Amino acid sequence: MSISTSNRTEAETSDRRKAPAGERVADWADGRLSIYGAAKATMRKIFPDHWSFMLGEVALYSFIVIILTGVYLTMFFTPSMAEVEYHGSYVPMQGVVMSEAYASTLDISFDVRGGLLIRQIHHWGALIFLAAMFVHMMRVFFTGAFRKPRELNWVFGFTLLVLGMFTGLTGYSLPDDLLSGTGLRFLHGAILATPVIGTYLAMFLFGGEFPGTEIIPRFFAFHILLLPGIMLALVVTHVTLVFYQKHTQFAGAGKTNKNVVGTPLLPVYTAKAGGFFFLVFGVISVIAATFTINPVWTIGPYRPDQVSTNAQPDWYLGFPEGLVRIMPGWEINVLGHTLVMDLIIPLMVVFPVVLGAIAAYPFIESWVTGDKREHHILDRPRNVPTRTAFGMAWVSWYFVLLIGGGNDLWATYLHLSINSITWFVRIGFFVVPILTFIVTKRICLGLQRADREKVLHGRESGIIKRLPHGEFVEVHEPLSQEELHVLAGHEQYQPLEIGPETDEHGVVRKVNPVERVRVSLSKGYYGEGGQIPKPTAEEYRELTSGHGHH
Amino acid sequence: MKKLSARRRHPLAALVVLLFALAATGGLYTAFAPADEAKANQASSSSLAIKEGKELYAVGCASCHGTGGKGTTDGPSLVGVGAAAVDFQVGTGRMPAAQPGAQAPKKKPKYTQAETDQLAAYVASLGPGPSVPTKDQYSPNGADLANGGELFRTNCAQCHNFTGEGGALTEGKYAPDLGGVDEKHIYEAMQTGPQAMPSFPDTLVTAKDKKDIVAYLKTVNSDEAHTPGGYKLGGTGPVSEGLFAWVFGLGAMIATAVWVAARSTKAKKS
Amino acid sequence: MSSETGPHEDVPDDHNLPEQGHPQGREPGEGSVSLPEQDPFANPGLPAHQHRVQDVDEAAAKRSERTVAMLFTLSMLATVGFIASFVAFPADKIVYIWPAGHISALNFSLGMTLGIALLGIGAGAVHWARTLMTDTELIQERHSISAEPEVRAQVIEEFKQGATESQFGRRRLVRNTLYGAMALLPLSGVVLLRDLGPLPEDKLRKTAWKKGKVLVNENTGLKLKPEDITVGSLAFAKPEGLDHGEHGWANEIAKAALMLVRIEPADIKDKQSLDWSHEGILAYSKICTHIGCAVSLYEQQTHHVLCPCHQSTFDLADGARVLFGPAGHPLPQLKISVNKDGFLEAQGDFAEPVGPAFWERG
Repeated sequence: MSISTSNRTEAETSDRRKAPAGERVADWADGRLSIYGAAKATMRKIFPDHWSFMLGEVALYSFIVIILTGVYLTMFFTPSMAEVEYHGSYVPMQGVVMSEAYASTLDISFDVRGGLLIRQIHHWGALIFLAAMFVHMMRVFFTGAFRKPRELNWVFGFTLLVLGMFTGLTGYSLPDDLLSGTGLRFLHGAILATPVIGTYLAMFLFGGEFPGTEIIPRFFAFHILLLPGIMLALVVTHVTLVFYQKHTQFAGAGKTNKNVVGTPLLPVYTAKAGGFFFLVFGVISVIAATFTINPVWTIGPYRPDQVSTNAQPDWYLGFPEGLVRIMPGWEINVLGHTLVMDLIIPLMVVFPVVLGAIAAYPFIESWVTGDKREHHILDRPRNVPTRTAFGMAWVSWYFVLLIGGGNDLWATYLHLSINSITWFVRIGFFVVPILTFIVTKRICLGLQRADREKVLHGRESGIIKRLPHGEFVEVHEPLSQEELHVLAGHEQYQPLEIGPETDEHGVVRKVNPVERVRVSLSKGYYGEGGQIPKPTAEEYRELTSGHGHH
Repeated sequence: MKKLSARRRHPLAALVVLLFALAATGGLYTAFAPADEAKANQASSSSLAIKEGKELYAVGCASCHGTGGKGTTDGPSLVGVGAAAVDFQVGTGRMPAAQPGAQAPKKKPKYTQAETDQLAAYVASLGPGPSVPTKDQYSPNGADLANGGELFRTNCAQCHNFTGEGGALTEGKYAPDLGGVDEKHIYEAMQTGPQAMPSFPDTLVTAKDKKDIVAYLKTVNSDEAHTPGGYKLGGTGPVSEGLFAWVFGLGAMIATAVWVAARSTKAKKS
Repeated sequence: MSSETGPHEDVPDDHNLPEQGHPQGREPGEGSVSLPEQDPFANPGLPAHQHRVQDVDEAAAKRSERTVAMLFTLSMLATVGFIASFVAFPADKIVYIWPAGHISALNFSLGMTLGIALLGIGAGAVHWARTLMTDTELIQERHSISAEPEVRAQVIEEFKQGATESQFGRRRLVRNTLYGAMALLPLSGVVLLRDLGPLPEDKLRKTAWKKGKVLVNENTGLKLKPEDITVGSLAFAKPEGLDHGEHGWANEIAKAALMLVRIEPADIKDKQSLDWSHEGILAYSKICTHIGCAVSLYEQQTHHVLCPCHQSTFDLADGARVLFGPAGHPLPQLKISVNKDGFLEAQGDFAEPVGPAFWERG
């Protein structure tokens, strides 16, 4: 026994000795972290390939770029509002009294070699990060990727978008330039408007009166520690869930709701996704090399008694900015107290309600459909006309308000009156989303009809044939099986019914009003006018069975 | 300045100074102090210039501004606006106005500089007002850029944007882009407050301060201005930056993603 | 037609992964051909793998290899270029590059070389993956996210056992006091937040202006006389003794900043406004009553002042009445007159709080 044991051990040892260094390192790690178990499940994991699946990657990679450059910036930035006289190399500011935060931002831009580049990469990266999150969210919305089991990941992603907005806000406030200080002034005014506790909140956040000396050190802590810390945790959760639940895919040959078709993590996806990180970083670097962003040296240090026109936030806060700009002035004075409705309505009612509706959408839709199954095959947006129309209405509304948020610039560049633009946005606020909804829905229904035609009659080939009796007809080519499957293989929901008003004994049934709302929503989504019935197998067979039909 | 003192000995100078002294009584004297130079300056242009200016005025200006510059419902009175105002309005082509509107835009001047000077001489003769500044006054040499920047942000940036790119005002009016505007005209605009713009007389922004402002503006907004970070995208702040990030930034990302995810070319089946 | 399913509330768990287009749950095998008689829209299954040029033509594969290697080499060169630029260009060197303008040589060269170094690696890796790595599409099965019923039952059983063993449910006193302790504990944290800032008290109601304070020109630092301000001009003033750079300056100027205009008394529509002016010189707070921007876009012909932040428009000839935009009340006016030395002075503090409205403002 002892001999055989020692033999085996020897054999094992000699095996190990022969193993390449990489394997030996892996063995060592496996003995402590059991990495082979983890790798077994992930190394050859399949990822479907589609460009729109990479929008989230753009967001993820720009987030990493922002973290890398942000760490570099903290080494040179001084988060202090103590006032100093500037003596750096930017001549037009020499001798000007400014905060240390602003002075150190000038130093990063002019005296630290490469500092300007890193600053610009950081800021461009932030703008692209938020834009990428936005379009990623649109992709997920319009393809129905938020359906079970991915509702929670939708909420995580949504939270990341909101946190990204606030991280951006705290970040662009840090240089303490005239524009960002005006943004802080806005924030202060908005907090003051909070009913009952507004003045206390403002005093506590700013450490006293505006501007005080506390807000930049505090925002610095939020910007570099608190918010990115939470975001990092959420990003990890978000990506882990994508990994764990496996990615969705579009319908296609071989792709079913029970499988995932694509290339394995090792090597193709690693090379593509890893390479894509470098491409994203590279594009941002080239942009930062050639396009100025936030040139704080021309904007000047913040002083509460100065302002510049074109006072705007970064684009991702253009939506609340637009809401505030189009709101007419309205203050209610009751019993010695003031309700600042012109700020409460846009910032404390409309904005949170809109955000909440976005977060809750997956739950609302699954309540309307009553569908509790998992969905891994993506919807074609045209096949869910009402959802697509809701989404487009929201996007159009968002862009109307972005125009509102930059109304002064549109006025300048288009030579229009700022008051006319504001009025246009005020009316557009109500009209544009409704029109967009109607138009989008009609387009979707039209596309559904076209799909139906195509399935039943084949594709128009453009070839005109003359029949023996002289008639000219266009030859329709039959679709491939994959095309038939993509165009008609999906399922269609049928609208809910309330059921008979009376039961079998003629007694009036009580119907829950919530249920009534659900039924009417369901009818709006899937009833007549909500979708075009897709061709049934019977219809298809009937038309294709007799040969020689056109 | 030597030339100026020589002009003070012009026969008309005494009359002008007298007129001025009568008009600007008490404290108003201080407010109109630069007019002292103005009148002396104008006086050097002979009465002939005033006469010719009057003829030009009658043809090109009187229909709106009235005979003798007294103003009509179509145009304000020009009594006391000074030569600087005429030099600015006519020299930048804003006057004569092409059509009524929220604001007369800058356009190709209709009059030569000589004719403008004659018109200015005539209008200056109607009442005391700021004179056309001399090159010494507005040239950026020896100016304090930092002071100019601070003053620009206090007095100008609210309408003209932090580097003078311009901005919108109410009801279609606007503060124009100051890029490429002649130094003299910037100086005159501050002196006279054309159209919607308020004036900044020397009592509020001193002559030295005006020189600093002009110098600062030329440093940050001209063809020669440095934009270390790269192309400045209009210099109007976050809106153009956001638009760029969406169109070009995200556009480049999506183009790249399409390439990464696209199927590679398949071999032709033989 | 079972592919036209209605609401699915009653779908049991084992149907949690519906098969679209496959009512019978038939698995499409790889490359299998479906039978249209059964379902004309059935999934045809994954088509056979098609080879790329590089898979069949070694010369093409060699070309790909060279392209990838060239991209990686380009990246190396760019990194060398980055280091060279860092050493070669001083931070303040400006070069003219069309169409960007007069830009920093260092920023441009560092950014471009870094960009090329990154793009080289990225493009190389992607090209490698696209043309050389095996591109056969593989199929992986999905598994239901929810646990199997046996697992679920076991977990719930074990949890119940644990809960029982803890006696959490039985010992009510333990449970309730724990709840109490946990509920109170966060209060310590809340209390600690108290010293984040002072209480509001009347801080938002008082400014540095008081009776006899002389108005000082923000630009020149000199005391203002009425004759300094002509009709059509715009002046900015601060209280005497409040100098930039001194401690607490920012907080005070954020409330005390003044905007002075002169309007012909006959043109002033508001009687109180005229009374509080000095011969048509009106002193208004420069702080917008909407959210507090330094409102000062004064149009001297119309006497309108516009705020650049949200376009609130005030008529200075009519008591700073709000004409347009989201501001809810007029700009406060400071009552001024002339002291015995001929300088403009305040007749007291603002009669109402300056800046944005707040709950206690009334």
